[in-house]
Amino acid sequence: MDYFIELFCSGLTRGAIYALIALGYTMVYGIIGLINFAHGEIYMIGAFTSFIVATVLSIYGFPLLAIVVLAGLAAVVWSSAYGYTVEKIAYKPLRHAPRLSPLISAIGMSIFLQNYVLLAQTSDFLPFPTLIPEFAFMEPVAHIVGSTDIVILITTTIMMLILTVVIKGTKVGKAMRATSQDRTMAMLVGINVNRIISVTFIIGSALAAVGGLLIASHIGQINFFIGFLAGIKAFTAAVLGGIGSIPGAVLGGLVLGLTESFATGYVSSDYEDVFAFSLLVFILIFKPSGLLGKAETKKV
Amino acid sequence: MSLLKEMKKGLFTSLWFVFLTFPLMVIKVDPIERVVRWRWENALYVAVGTFLMYLLVTFLMQRKNARAATETEVDADRESFIHRLIASPRQKYLLGGALLAVAIAFPFFSSSYQTNVMTTALMYVVLGLGLNIVVGMAGLLDLGYVAFYAVGAYSYALLNHHFGLGFWAVLPIGGGLAAIFGILLGFPVLRLRGDYLAIVTLGFGEIIRLILENWGEFSKGPSGISNISRPGLFGLELNLDAAIIYIYYLMILFMIVTIFIVNRLQDSRLGRAWIALREDEIACQAMGIDKRKTKLVAFSLGAFWAGIIGVVFAAKTTFINPASFTFLESAIILAIVVLGGMGSIIGVILAALILILLPEYLRALSEYRMLAFGAILVAMMVFRPQGLIANIRRTYIFEKEKSPAEKS
Amino acid sequence: MMDTPILKISGLTMDFGGIRALNRLDLDVHAGEIVALIGPNGAGKTTFFNCLTGIYAPTAGEIILTPPQGGKSISLKGLKPNQVTEKGLARTFQNIRLFSQMTVLENVMIGRHCRTRAFILGAIFRNAATRREEREIVEMSYAILEKVGLAGVANEFAKNLSYGAQRRLEIARALATEPFLLLLDEPAAGMNPQETQELDRLIREISDDGLSILLIEHDMKLVMSLSDRIFVMDYGKKIAQGVPSEIRSNPAVIKAYLGEEVDA
Ligand SMILES: Nc1ncnc2c1ncn2[C@@H]1O[C@H](COP(=O)(O)OP(=O)(O)O)[C@@H](O)[C@H]1O
Ligand SMILES: [Mg+2]
Repeated sequence: MDYFIELFCSGLTRGAIYALIALGYTMVYGIIGLINFAHGEIYMIGAFTSFIVATVLSIYGFPLLAIVVLAGLAAVVWSSAYGYTVEKIAYKPLRHAPRLSPLISAIGMSIFLQNYVLLAQTSDFLPFPTLIPEFAFMEPVAHIVGSTDIVILITTTIMMLILTVVIKGTKVGKAMRATSQDRTMAMLVGINVNRIISVTFIIGSALAAVGGLLIASHIGQINFFIGFLAGIKAFTAAVLGGIGSIPGAVLGGLVLGLTESFATGYVSSDYEDVFAFSLLVFILIFKPSGLLGKAETKKV
Repeated sequence: MSLLKEMKKGLFTSLWFVFLTFPLMVIKVDPIERVVRWRWENALYVAVGTFLMYLLVTFLMQRKNARAATETEVDADRESFIHRLIASPRQKYLLGGALLAVAIAFPFFSSSYQTNVMTTALMYVVLGLGLNIVVGMAGLLDLGYVAFYAVGAYSYALLNHHFGLGFWAVLPIGGGLAAIFGILLGFPVLRLRGDYLAIVTLGFGEIIRLILENWGEFSKGPSGISNISRPGLFGLELNLDAAIIYIYYLMILFMIVTIFIVNRLQDSRLGRAWIALREDEIACQAMGIDKRKTKLVAFSLGAFWAGIIGVVFAAKTTFINPASFTFLESAIILAIVVLGGMGSIIGVILAALILILLPEYLRALSEYRMLAFGAILVAMMVFRPQGLIANIRRTYIFEKEKSPAEKS
Repeated sequence: MMDTPILKISGLTMDFGGIRALNRLDLDVHAGEIVALIGPNGAGKTTFFNCLTGIYAPTAGEIILTPPQGGKSISLKGLKPNQVTEKGLARTFQNIRLFSQMTVLENVMIGRHCRTRAFILGAIFRNAATRREEREIVEMSYAILEKVGLAGVANEFAKNLSYGAQRRLEIARALATEPFLLLLDEPAAGMNPQETQELDRLIREISDDGLSILLIEHDMKLVMSLSDRIFVMDYGKKIAQGVPSEIRSNPAVIKAYLGEEVDA
């Protein structure tokens, strides 16, 4: 039973982080219909930035709390800046290009960013500093649920709540929803669509950065390539939930995290990634509209 | 826009990039030794680099816009130097013959190392031409092309290892198996929308690689298969240098055959259907084209080529492991097609030679190879989606009414 | 007319989520007829074409096609668009869908696809049969271009043609599939009066060649001059049918549609 709960919790943690990254895919897809292939790299850059800032601050002897806050802040700021810039360079000029052009551009961006980080930093795995201490009150259950798991779950929940408030309650959120429903109409009623697209990239990137920070401190090491796999898995989560749907991304993330956790725990861990990829292939083939998305007839 | 204003914007952009790249470019930490290195000089490079880049991009954009503004019936003017060069068949054959002569003479005045490099480049030419059928002509973004390459390579490695089958026997088997894989995968996925198809093929490619890595009994896992036989020449055992030259000539032959076939396909009923499919699927179907079947043929034909070259790859290196078949490999081949110009045969040949040979001969560049490939994909989409050498369509001349004579 | 209609539609219904775009539609076309389908924007006319040609799968109803020269009746329901075309139904699109990166001639040649056979081996080896077929494709396509008056621009890119010429190219492309029933979706949209007049003549010529025509059009002058019969739709329903003179004076039609342009 303990083992079951342990797997459940680790699945939940994984799932929560997949969900954080999946939100970026789903929001961008909802607004410009693009699979933002470089989103995984934004997450990787978030992890790297927080690694650099946290390590520098700890070398200079800052207290742990300050390190956590500043590293998190830096990750969010720089990831957002990268997300914003990537959109301006690689996607905005292609707004009216054939559908596959921005996707190819996104793949190029993804490869570029990976190798940029590789060249600017290193190809080695780097040890990520411990940012989340083992809490004393968690002692009795520590063999089942780690403190990082709790922190990740709480942080993710808070992020999602904030996102919900932004999207449901603010003017920007309303404009985002309008734009994703019908971009031309949104433009006609005076919404600055380019600005809304930028905001979407910034929000998505910020969420990915938080995901990057959390997962890096959970796993304890990073390198320039972590964005590829995490990106694919998060995309799988987004599609599983129904791409374009925000609750879908969360649901998809959790389902993927839990199934992965149980499959590796009870079946075999050799084929962990094969499992995720197969799931991706199967959903796209058999239910491309996902769990919460609705199937549409393309208008001719 | 005034120059001063451009300069100001350029300055602002370069400041933004200095900020953007600051943590990654300037700071370098060693978490074990606990030392921080501040590489301020990098900030300067970024600033200057961005500024120059900004000016270049602005210039290119202005030129592109100016062109778009004057573009009416100037398609003829847009034809590049190369198009004009090959416009007349005589010049085309002369040029082709000259290039072929150089290619045949090449091994005699260069080292086996260089011949080997050239063989690799030729392999990418053929891979590029194969993927060009799928992506360039039929418009199917296949990100798992490397999987078919792996099928070919492992077919030869395993059949050679277990049953001692030779290169020539496995060549059609490898190509055929890859084509069958193409059909098996294509059947369920080809009804998907373009971007989903791309992701599914990527997933498929990764699945194949992961299986090769993890299923040790079958593929010997990450350590790979070694001591694969080189191709034989009528039962002759060749020494290493001779084998390198032999494979080089084989690749020349394969390339010529590929160019011939792709060229004929392009101007056929099937080739037209592919291009129409790329342009507008719905109109295509309404014109009576079976979308599923036509796509499947393109997909498996492309896979066939990848399989063939996979066999050659295994025979050339005599050692393969799953690390040779990552997504990046697919991305490199895609970059060749995109840089060359979707659907353009000469473009793809040129692009393969540039992308494979340049980093090989300019060692300083080889470190930046993948960075450049990524940048090329973005830049081509933004500035020149038609590629280095745009594909031109065949024209027909009608001398008298109702008695059309053809001319390519 | 006593003969069996070449196209008989009964109870055709199409739902999109909550919207019922077609509501139990009945319609028939006889051999050699020009039938017009009119109705305000959003009435469901294009949706009707899409259901006929297999692009949408209708929710309910039956579509029966009977080839004119004593062919067997077949149901078009569940057929893929290319199969529908093979059966002898061809269409044009309201929002022009040409292959813009191909030449004008090649666009028409695509239409020959479903009537020709050459495949991979034929393409590679170019045997005598393939060469003959290829020549026939070119000749026939060129002849069709002459018919619609585009032979002079055969080697231009389709995207460089004027709007009216693009619409005529759409018709040429459809004719290349050798249909016996031609569906035209607003062929005169965006044409100037002179172009419309040429279109009028072209449609008559096609009709004289023995094809039946089902025409969606807003230009009432064209509709009234060409049509043998007219069907009127509104909100997915058929609200009237009859010969032009009957439709002109039908109060329901005037109310729904002709209100602003009774003078047509
Ligand atoms: N693929 C689709 N999905 C949802 N609604 C559609 C689709 N195609 C058409 N419709 C709706 O069906 C109705 C009829 O449209 P249409 O057939 O284009 O009208 P018409 O051609 O008569 O102007 C419209 O309300 C349109 O919005
Ligand atoms: Mg319409």
